[in-house]
Amino acid sequence: MDLALTDADLAFQAEVREFIATYWPEDVRRARATSSRFEESRGHSPEVRRWIDALNERGWAVPNWPQQWGGTDWNPTQKYIWDKETAKAECPQLSAFGARMLAPVLYTWGTEAQQNEFLPKIREERMIWCQGYSEPGAGSDLAGLATRAVREGDEYVVNGTKLWTSGAHVADWMFCLVRTESGAKKQEGISFVLIDMKTPGITVNPVYILGGIHSVNEVELKDVRVPVENLVGEENKGWTYAKGLLTHERTGIAGVARSEVQLARLKRIAQETGMDGGTLWDDPAFRTRVTELEVDLEALSVTELRVLAQVAQGGAPGPESSILKIRGTEIGQAIAMMTIEAFGYYGMPYPEQTLIDNEGPIGNPYVMPTMKGMLYGRASSIFGGSNEIQKNIISKAVLGL
Amino acid sequence: MDFSLSEEQTLLKDSLERFIQNDYDFDTRRKVMAGEEGFSRENWKQFAELGWLAVPFAEEDGGIGGGAIELMIVMEQLGRGLVVEPYLATVILAGGALKYAGNEAQKGAYLGAIIEGSKMGALAFAEPQSRFKLADVATTATADGDGYALSGHKAVVLGGPSADFFVVSARTSGGPRDADGITLFLVDGDAAGLSRRDYPTVDGLRASEVTLDGVKVGADAVLGTVGGGHAVLEQVIDEATLAVGAEAVGGMEVCYKDTVEYSKQRVQFGQPIGKFQVLQHRMVDMFMEYEQAKSMMYLAAMRLDEGYGAVAKKAVSGFKVQVGKSGRFVGQQAVQLHGGMGMTEELNIGHYFKRLTMIDTTFGNVDFHLKRYGAV
Repeated sequence: MDLALTDADLAFQAEVREFIATYWPEDVRRARATSSRFEESRGHSPEVRRWIDALNERGWAVPNWPQQWGGTDWNPTQKYIWDKETAKAECPQLSAFGARMLAPVLYTWGTEAQQNEFLPKIREERMIWCQGYSEPGAGSDLAGLATRAVREGDEYVVNGTKLWTSGAHVADWMFCLVRTESGAKKQEGISFVLIDMKTPGITVNPVYILGGIHSVNEVELKDVRVPVENLVGEENKGWTYAKGLLTHERTGIAGVARSEVQLARLKRIAQETGMDGGTLWDDPAFRTRVTELEVDLEALSVTELRVLAQVAQGGAPGPESSILKIRGTEIGQAIAMMTIEAFGYYGMPYPEQTLIDNEGPIGNPYVMPTMKGMLYGRASSIFGGSNEIQKNIISKAVLGL
Repeated sequence: MDFSLSEEQTLLKDSLERFIQNDYDFDTRRKVMAGEEGFSRENWKQFAELGWLAVPFAEEDGGIGGGAIELMIVMEQLGRGLVVEPYLATVILAGGALKYAGNEAQKGAYLGAIIEGSKMGALAFAEPQSRFKLADVATTATADGDGYALSGHKAVVLGGPSADFFVVSARTSGGPRDADGITLFLVDGDAAGLSRRDYPTVDGLRASEVTLDGVKVGADAVLGTVGGGHAVLEQVIDEATLAVGAEAVGGMEVCYKDTVEYSKQRVQFGQPIGKFQVLQHRMVDMFMEYEQAKSMMYLAAMRLDEGYGAVAKKAVSGFKVQVGKSGRFVGQQAVQLHGGMGMTEELNIGHYFKRLTMIDTTFGNVDFHLKRYGAV
């Protein structure tokens, strides 16, 4: 057991910091963090584009991918340093649906043609993906999905409705779970297909979530024709691929580094918020609660390190990754709530965008992004398998109950 | 000991219940909110006709002489309907200040108009630096001829956009956070030097940042005694705290009941999710939180009606602590158990969650009222 960084690690850390300072400087970071626009799609502002291009040029866009597809040869410590530093600077990330979720499925089970076609575009963020999993009747019970794909010659004809599809309104493509066979077990007979969002028969309807945010959608598929070569892996084996992918999703959702940034911000806001002639940070009650969160987060951070170390020794994260998802979302939500609390009355204003554009924010510039993040963040304990489902996974797969 | 309502109180409750049920469904509310003012003048007229705007005022002032229990009854029902009309701002906050501190002329000029629905008001008490401390007043009122000139910044003034008049706390003497030396003033909404920046709040209300730049008022604008405004403010805010707490209790009731209903309808893994024990227990917890909050609500209302003093203050703070904790839990769990649906704008649940969250930081959060409870 050893937590110390070697000289080589420190040199690497310095290199990363310099790269970030060049391509994602402080002023750009602050402008984005205080923006009241809630970005679900990314990669489109000139600053973000520049960052992503620089990542690709340097070969750092997708550190976790296999090297032949543009991954790095970093050891686990270097990957950890990269994650920490980029999170601390709130660097934009590649769209998770493509780079973190679909890509591992493609480079593990995809055909060579699929890999050649899609992986470079995902790496360069030139193709945006969405995830067609949940349905009106299939939420926590994902395997209960009813969207059907019937083979006709060289095509599948897909019919059904997907719900809560994040970013479908900006996506070029969707990876989608469809039922290809009504098997005895509902997990069997599911296939994993890739669908071009421009295919006739696809309708994307916005679903506005709290705060009027447009992030998720309903996607109707009516006689959508998908070439058979867009099937990933074997027909009827899609559940296996999807499950593997969900463990990756869970690890990402933990958001330890993001929470560390938010917690530091909360402290700063408390130090700037007046109270009794001093600041809110002088209030022992408030300070105690923030400190409790800090300890919770540190415990989670080390738990995450242990999971990562396990992954580094080969293999995907195990069912323990559910701990990260449960605690990570609980802590993230608690930090967001405490930040709203820190604003006091100034947590309330929710002006329209045009008013902010014309006259500036009301109260602290972090209020709007924090509020939108808090509202959106309530979904984090629901999506990717609700926290109740995660506890079922732990009790079954870890405790053997 | 008796927790039952009198006949008049039951009638009041019934009339509100009927309105919420028949005239204030979720779609109606949404349309009302989308309007320019963010609430309906028609509804306000109806509130006046039904006598609700007269509830807390003395009979000699044209009111019906209701106390804290009557206010509680009104606000609990308004909370169930998530009503956005500025009842709290006009009747309880601005009206409350007039009720406790107004002289005959002031009451004559304003209370009748509030009761008949022709005037709306707002209480401008919070400031950017004040957080929840009522005595933290930096706005100044300096002698100017026979009257005063007011300057300062009042923060998040609920009901500000529709206010025909404001009750403003300003410092006439003393240090920045002294309880002594705060004076309340009646200020016309269109007074020269008063400007407002209006905006919607996240939970569906409207508020303003109010800036006072040498606003001139006469000596007759002083509400109560010069320098004695703090005691009035404290009593008004305590009543308002009971009011938003009762609103939260009403909201919690809808949240837990709707969640129970939803859990019977929503099928996953071949059965209604309400059959899962972990969710059953969660809903039992929601129910218990609601009941505990309701108990503290009754206590606070009864104590306030017994007379305003240390015992009442303590009961109000105890209630607000309970509401802060219970409201958050019930709101968050209602969203969680509704899954994605609870996150949408189109379902009521998320809107209750937002209001419950904001009520926690209105008139003092849990930390603030725990401290006050311990200190009283």
